[in-house]
Amino acid sequence: MNRTLIARVEDKPGVLARVASLFRRRAFNIESLTVGHTETPGISRMTIVVDSTRTDAEKVAQHLYKLVNVIRVEDISDQPAVMRDLALIKVRTPDPRTRSELMQLVDTFRARVVDVGLESLIVEATGTEEKIDGLVEVLRPFGILEMVRTGRVAMVRGNNGVKQGGNG
Amino acid sequence: MRLTGAQIVWEMLRREGVEVAFGIPGGAIMHTYHPRSEYGVRHVLVRHEQGAAHAADGYARASGRVGVAIATSGPGATNLVTGIATAMMDSSPIVCITGQVSTSLLGSDAFQETDITGITIPITKHNYLVTDVADLAEVIHEAFYIARHGRPGPVLIDLPKDVQQAATEFVPPADEVRLPGEAHTAGPDLTEVIRRAARLMDESSRPVILAGHGVLMAGAEEVLLTFAERVSAPVAVTLLGKGGFPASHPLYLGMMGMHGDAAANRAIQEADLLIALGMRFDDRVTGDLDRYAPRARKVHVDLDAAELNKLVPVDVPIQGDVRRVLEALVPLVNAVEQREWLSRIEQWRDEARAVDIVHRAPDDRLTVPHVINAVWETTAGEAIVVTDVGQHQMWAAQYYRTDRPNAFITSGGLGTMGFGLPAAIGAQIARPDAEVWAIVGDGGLQMTVQELATVVQEGLPVKIALCDNGYLGMVRQWQEMFYDKRYEATRLVNPDFIKLAEAYGIRAWRVDDPEGAVQAVAEARRHPGPALIDFHVVEEGEYGNVYPMVPAGAALHEMIHRPLPTAGGKR
Ligand SMILES: Cc1ncc(C[n+]2csc(CCOP(=O)(O)OP(=O)(O)O)c2C)c(N)n1
Ligand SMILES: [Mg+2]
Repeated sequence: MNRTLIARVEDKPGVLARVASLFRRRAFNIESLTVGHTETPGISRMTIVVDSTRTDAEKVAQHLYKLVNVIRVEDISDQPAVMRDLALIKVRTPDPRTRSELMQLVDTFRARVVDVGLESLIVEATGTEEKIDGLVEVLRPFGILEMVRTGRVAMVRGNNGVKQGGNG
Repeated sequence: MRLTGAQIVWEMLRREGVEVAFGIPGGAIMHTYHPRSEYGVRHVLVRHEQGAAHAADGYARASGRVGVAIATSGPGATNLVTGIATAMMDSSPIVCITGQVSTSLLGSDAFQETDITGITIPITKHNYLVTDVADLAEVIHEAFYIARHGRPGPVLIDLPKDVQQAATEFVPPADEVRLPGEAHTAGPDLTEVIRRAARLMDESSRPVILAGHGVLMAGAEEVLLTFAERVSAPVAVTLLGKGGFPASHPLYLGMMGMHGDAAANRAIQEADLLIALGMRFDDRVTGDLDRYAPRARKVHVDLDAAELNKLVPVDVPIQGDVRRVLEALVPLVNAVEQREWLSRIEQWRDEARAVDIVHRAPDDRLTVPHVINAVWETTAGEAIVVTDVGQHQMWAAQYYRTDRPNAFITSGGLGTMGFGLPAAIGAQIARPDAEVWAIVGDGGLQMTVQELATVVQEGLPVKIALCDNGYLGMVRQWQEMFYDKRYEATRLVNPDFIKLAEAYGIRAWRVDDPEGAVQAVAEARRHPGPALIDFHVVEEGEYGNVYPMVPAGAALHEMIHRPLPTAGGKR
């Protein structure tokens, strides 16, 4: 099991280092951590997926709050939310015949081919981690040359979004 | 008004009410030192930057204000690290200002460049690398706020040389500081949890109050006294909680934990309710966690939400200021008398008194408890005692029975040898009229002994009780008890401490018997300047070890008592 925390933090140098240092020092088990801009300049948003079998997500939040640059932390695991992971997967396709088969699979997963090379192509997929895990499984037999995943980003559905707050 | 970064530093320190800063200059910070004398802030030149951080810490603990340490870049900054970590563990408010190479050189491995903000992330509450002089005033104001606000702690400001030199229009920062996360950490309504705590209190027949550092930091001594008397609950203190409850009070149980008072540890193990106030269930306090206070329901009050349910699961966690919570709790609890419970405790106390080393050791043998007792009696318990780390520290905690807050200063969480002397310097400067005793070991003193020069240069009347046992005593005790008496790397071949003190210009005496101890303490007190007494104390064996002792992995009630053949076979 895991839980999803959304942390709004000040967009200042070193903030990611402080968060990473905290997780390392307290031995928090984190599945993924993503950082990016938000609708408010000067505020970044972290999506933190906590392995809640080994780490209490509430403790993570309490410790995050002790960092001066952290504005707000919310556990959205129990709210209806859109959760997405993005993957780029480079698949081996030396044989043109396998290509069409592969394209079909990609279609079924509503993924896209975003680059076609001589012996490989790049598939881009967005979705829940489970969906992407599924895609990876079916692509594996073709030969995955390279893969990168962003880790989870999340947003609560409807109007009950993560509160603004802080200096924002 | 246009000011340089260097001038802004002092202007802001003055505005923050800083009277004194401890430090050592160097290439990357001398620019900041230059205008100091125009701003009326005293500077105390230490002999090692570790001493600056400890002195700032001692100053903070004795005064309740923020201590300030200054160092140059690179080695100056890294020398502060031990002191910063010490302050962090004990929630002591200090602000450290370090010089840094110019912004254009940052990241280039320039001479004396070190990433001190990176190094100190885990051991500061917060730190800053200031790259624009326009931010400096605000940063300093915020740093002081963070250091003393909420759960206090150290803050570091790294100041590149060109930022010190650059000038800007000085705009005094607005008084109010609003930190980004503060709006959302305002605790929940406590009425219900406090009511639950009151209910548990009323149901209890064997309550024990555990008073930690948070009691002192919240200024909750008075309401704690009212509360304890109302519910007739005995009070055990942590090492840093000493002074939170008067040691002379009948409800005072003494210190809890590894070298705590036997009655305190027994009471905790027998209790049906623990009210833990501003303490964090350190492993030195709990012994084996699985068997800690097994019969007790637990209420835990702490300002820091992350401390609640961290190690000990509690029935009622209350995130809040100890004083406010107690003030709300007092009117909700029934006034009772716990006669039976208190008489059981009194019995344990009597048993402990019977094996007290001070009454038991042969007359001609000087032990550390004799030394502490001599200081305690002659100062009527009214001195500020600053200790180093080791056996003497535990004995000082046991025998210096202070009734006042902020009068027992020691490195608890980090257990930093070398803390005592420089922290005593800070305490003496914070409280010039107080009598300050540094109680130190022969090992620890030599870790920061160079600060004797600071004592003399500043004309400080610090009294030093050196508990000279020729060993790294606390480690030797473990070797004696658990490592086949193999004294590996703990024997100290010491200098002549009398000559050493005299070389610095400090009056010194040597003492090796209990009677001489009392006289020497009296003489040192009469001497107007600094003084050092070299107490030659028992090195090992039953009079050279600290008891009671809860061995590693044992539960509190499994503490080992002093083996005394003459004590009538009791334990
Ligand atoms: C900086 C540091 N190094 C090592 C230790 C481990 N240590 C704890 S107590 C102790 C012995 C202290 O010896 P001394 O200062 O002579 O005091 P005593 O125990 O003899 O009273 C040591 C080495 C420590 N706490 N701090
Ligand atoms: Mg010693």
